[in-house]
Amino acid sequence: MFKTLGKLILDFLNQLGQASEMVASCIFWLMRAPLEFKQTVLQTTRIGVDSFAVATMTSLFTGMVLALQAGTTMRNILSEPLYIGTIVGFSLVRELGPVLTAFVVAGRAGAAITAEIGTMKVTEQIDALHTLGTNPIRYLVIPRIIAFMIAIPVLTLCANFSGMFGGYLVSTQSLAVSSWVYYEDITTFLGVDDVMHGFIKSFCFAFMIAVVCCYKGLNTYGGAEGVGRATTKAVVASMVLILVMDYFLTAILQSIGI
Amino acid sequence: MIEIKNLKKSFGPKNVLNGVNLSVKEGEVTTVIGSSGTGKSTLIKCIIRLLEPDAGQIIVKGKDITHIKDELELANLRRNFGYLFQEGALFDSLTVGENVTFGLKYLTKTPPSQYAKIAREKLALVGLKGIENLKPSELSGGMKKRVSLARVLATEPKVILYDEPTSGLDPIMSQIINELILDLKKKLGVTSIVITHDMRSAFEISDTLVMLYGGKVELAAKAADFKNTQNPYVKQFIEGSSIGPIRPF
Repeated sequence: MFKTLGKLILDFLNQLGQASEMVASCIFWLMRAPLEFKQTVLQTTRIGVDSFAVATMTSLFTGMVLALQAGTTMRNILSEPLYIGTIVGFSLVRELGPVLTAFVVAGRAGAAITAEIGTMKVTEQIDALHTLGTNPIRYLVIPRIIAFMIAIPVLTLCANFSGMFGGYLVSTQSLAVSSWVYYEDITTFLGVDDVMHGFIKSFCFAFMIAVVCCYKGLNTYGGAEGVGRATTKAVVASMVLILVMDYFLTAILQSIGI
Repeated sequence: MIEIKNLKKSFGPKNVLNGVNLSVKEGEVTTVIGSSGTGKSTLIKCIIRLLEPDAGQIIVKGKDITHIKDELELANLRRNFGYLFQEGALFDSLTVGENVTFGLKYLTKTPPSQYAKIAREKLALVGLKGIENLKPSELSGGMKKRVSLARVLATEPKVILYDEPTSGLDPIMSQIINELILDLKKKLGVTSIVITHDMRSAFEISDTLVMLYGGKVELAAKAADFKNTQNPYVKQFIEGSSIGPIRPF
């Protein structure tokens, strides 16, 4: 048992080291060569367009459920549905918006990126990049990291609005809360620091998802089966790390007052 | 031009190259033959430093390139080389035209306005016309191979490494590729290292033939000497006989 546990820890540390080396290589190429602008724009558009509908739909229904649960609970305790906008706004902006959007993007765009880079690896296209004078980190990884770091915060913003709209629909149609009260509940209590809290999280999630998915893609081996394996691992690792990072980021950001 | 001394490369417990010594002269065509899995592709991947050897030396134009780590230095080294991959390795997301001109942006100072003309010219050299806007997925295996060769030719490298350039091609197209390799040698003085299993093609294009066996060079000789050798391994391989010292299983 100790042998298996030791092997798992060593494997994890080895992968962590290799991923860190990849990040260092990204910094090296960012300083030494111009950015692949066309690739970056293409990837940003692709990630944004691919995930927009799923991210906003997920958030819309999450906002609706939040409003319904909060409204029913408040009605049971306080006899009327108070602070629905505040509960929906806080939950979405600080927590659920960034986390759910990161989940959706990891499952959709992250998986696609690992599969694409993994296929390039097993069909020698990565080697071809080397022989044609460019580096896969420069041509493939950097544009994708930047694309994720632009697309995920923007998608999170859209998801937040979508979720709050969902909450608004349930509050006004099912719980008989007026539009003005719902709006006031949100704007009175939700501050800039809450929005920053969510944004910092979504930037960190974006960086982590891009690094994990590109790393898994670049280290794919074993043909089509290997591509499938790498894609699954990338998505699972991203989702677990989102939740782990979320806790630590919340603790750090709260300790510094954001 | 290229000197290889006691080159060794292993993958896990498997020793693929076990002390290869080889000399490739400038402007010549050197063909490497040998059974599948004897390390031919590994050898040329070490030469272009897609793989790092475990031991030995690779010297290109007097410079030891065996353990270069710096990415920019490696990119500079690869400027002189072209590599034709066994399966083509075309970029799926780009069109044929973009594939052919891909290296021009990174390896040359060619203005982008020239790219379309160069793509047309290089594709014509390998017998392809009017396919610049197709995607690699729309091409046959042989066409992919030829587009890949056009991509290599576009950057006009001084040394070209061919990994089975005629596999998957019909006999006429194979002959066109053979003539192209010889043309590049005569007109531009290109140095070529060719991996092939096609013995007819090997004897036609080669100045020097090299046979790998057991991770080492079994014989390196001029084409005529190679044909007349009494080395039992080489004889069996050239004749394609199942009887002899080489045991495939």
